[in-house]
Amino acid sequence: MLRWIDERLGVAHWARKGLRKVFPDHWSFLLGEIALFCFIILVLTGTYLTLFYRPDAAPVIYDGPYEPLRGREMSAAFESVLRLSFEVRAGLVMRQIHHWAALVFVAAIVAHMVRVFFTGAFRKPREINWMVGVTLLVLAIGMGFTGYSLPDDLLSGTGLRIAYSAVISIPFVGPYLAFLVFGGEFPTEGIISRLFVLHVMLLPAVIIGLIGAHLGILWRQKHTQFAGKGRTERNVVGKSFWPQQFFKSFGLMLLTGAALALLGGLVQINAVWSYGPFDASAVSAPSQPDWYVGWLEGAIRLFPAFEPTIFGVTIPSMFIPAVVIPGIGFTVLALWPFIEQRVTKDRVMHNILDNPRDRPARSAIGVGGILYVTLLTIAGGNDVLALTFNVPIEAMVWFLRIGLFVIPVIGGFITYKVCKELQSSRARPSRRNKGTRLRRNTEGGFEEVPSDSQS
Amino acid sequence: MRPVRWVYASFVVSMLGSLGLVVYYLIGESAQVEGILLGLALGGMGVGVIGWATRLMDVPTVVEEHESLESDDSAVAQTEDMVGQDAVTRRTMLLRLATGATATLGAALAIPALSLGPRPGQSLEETKWTPGARIVDRFGSPQRPDDIPLDGIKTVFPSGFEGEADSQTVVIKIEPELLDLPEGREEWAPEGCVAFSKICTHAGCPVGLYRAEAKQLLCPCHQSTFDVTTGCTPVFGPAARALPQLPMEVDEAGFLVALSDFQEPVGPSFWNMETE
Repeated sequence: MLRWIDERLGVAHWARKGLRKVFPDHWSFLLGEIALFCFIILVLTGTYLTLFYRPDAAPVIYDGPYEPLRGREMSAAFESVLRLSFEVRAGLVMRQIHHWAALVFVAAIVAHMVRVFFTGAFRKPREINWMVGVTLLVLAIGMGFTGYSLPDDLLSGTGLRIAYSAVISIPFVGPYLAFLVFGGEFPTEGIISRLFVLHVMLLPAVIIGLIGAHLGILWRQKHTQFAGKGRTERNVVGKSFWPQQFFKSFGLMLLTGAALALLGGLVQINAVWSYGPFDASAVSAPSQPDWYVGWLEGAIRLFPAFEPTIFGVTIPSMFIPAVVIPGIGFTVLALWPFIEQRVTKDRVMHNILDNPRDRPARSAIGVGGILYVTLLTIAGGNDVLALTFNVPIEAMVWFLRIGLFVIPVIGGFITYKVCKELQSSRARPSRRNKGTRLRRNTEGGFEEVPSDSQS
Repeated sequence: MRPVRWVYASFVVSMLGSLGLVVYYLIGESAQVEGILLGLALGGMGVGVIGWATRLMDVPTVVEEHESLESDDSAVAQTEDMVGQDAVTRRTMLLRLATGATATLGAALAIPALSLGPRPGQSLEETKWTPGARIVDRFGSPQRPDDIPLDGIKTVFPSGFEGEADSQTVVIKIEPELLDLPEGREEWAPEGCVAFSKICTHAGCPVGLYRAEAKQLLCPCHQSTFDVTTGCTPVFGPAARALPQLPMEVDEAGFLVALSDFQEPVGPSFWNMETE
């Protein structure tokens, strides 16, 4: 078989090299793999859903088995989601696995990015792949948002409404752009089919292309590794791809699928029938986006009522939190390798990863950034939190408005100090103390054996 | 290598899960059971494969050397010479023309995108409210001041445009002596009934929650709060502009009618909106 192919394509040499490719063994290298596996599961479950979903805003009267909505007017899109959930065997579990996989997909991308950031894996020569990764994160959020909007339920309509208002707030071209994107003044009939094309064709095509580039570049540049015995900037120490690494990764894919299947089966998510169909003059409280848009929602909620009119031009209150802050945030993120290079003047090749403690300034900025995004995400759910903990919403908003400027700085400062402290103490809190090994020598005395000689 | 029993067992668990799923598909319809069986089918195999890899494969640690990524200088220079050869770069005029043609072609290819939507025109500044338009609820029944209970709230539309998103309005009835409307609007509150656009001036959500004891309208999306007594001026949250008030009176038949359209744009602000 291999001979037959090799005679025609000459792949044996290449295949052998591929099978021998060295993978360093560290748990944190699996985070990116989990994101990839989530994407595969999203494509598989999503394809199934596409076969039942109707991207159509035309009104129909519901006549299905779900009693509370019978007789209600709704879009064909919403009706098809109800049919998928209540009448298609295995439809509900597929839909719920798809939604859970989307949440875990973005979470895995973020975790992977945090790992790459704190260990400096983005440094030369890997700056391009970092930017590809940031682009993938943005696209994954876009995928999530377009998918979230497809059922055309009350909650997703609210999300679209806010997105429309954000587009309108873009300087001068905003209204034109919003009318082009939505096909007119919100709410429009055409938006469902447009989101559908984006969600099932354009965005996945770009994501697949970029995942290919991400992996291709990784393959070409080889893996990074943590410092250790025998490991240098010029080599990679680990296990070859075939068989062990392949089996491990394949197993991880199956376990990711198993976890998502259990979540999709047992933990209800996005029960659109309880929200009801979209209605432009209704909204449910509390209305919450999926977690990965929470930071944006939080920024929109926290930004003060500031809408100056200068020379007859109004700057909408949505403009800064919904356009400027995300724009700056993702630009800084994408250009981070170059920003850091400019400051540190470090322009040599790096294949050995940093221990985060050895780069206290970067670690401090990273922790500050994570705290900032976390606080914004908390603000995105402030109504739910205020209700849960019985705090007045006004107090909550003011606490977060101030905390947004204070807490990341404090967190960064503490991180910096902890890094410095760890450096000087050389303690390794993440490693279990294996004790000291003593060996009795021939003279009857004792001598210490280096602890890593046996591990 | 010792055989490890649980590795074998997990493949059996996986098979049982898969078979269970096939049988259950034919007889049941609970998403919970489907999720558990699929989890067993995938998880069993995952545990088995990983157990096989970690317990039963004794593979050596290997070392791979990085080959240099960069090419030698002459290769880079030769490529640059190839790209920038005289036949391409010396033709300055042709280069300019080609660049110009590419740009115009780009514009020509992009122009069909304008078909995606109409031009906004006045549509963000106007709604379906016209002078004399009857105020009706979502089912089309005209409203008298008595149809709105004191401290009650009702979503209304211009007659003939029930459900029209940009014209949605709330009518609230307040004891007239509590009202402190801006100058010139004193006549817009017949029998204490005031009408405001229901579209939040922040992000466009329907402002649906009325706190009757505080006389405040609250937007459930981002908690913008408007004081109804002063003409729905923002008192808390991210909204900066008051909700536009609908000029309203009672006609001879005793029904609420609009005196005109809103006098400011409804919904979220935009850069080139008309301001007073």
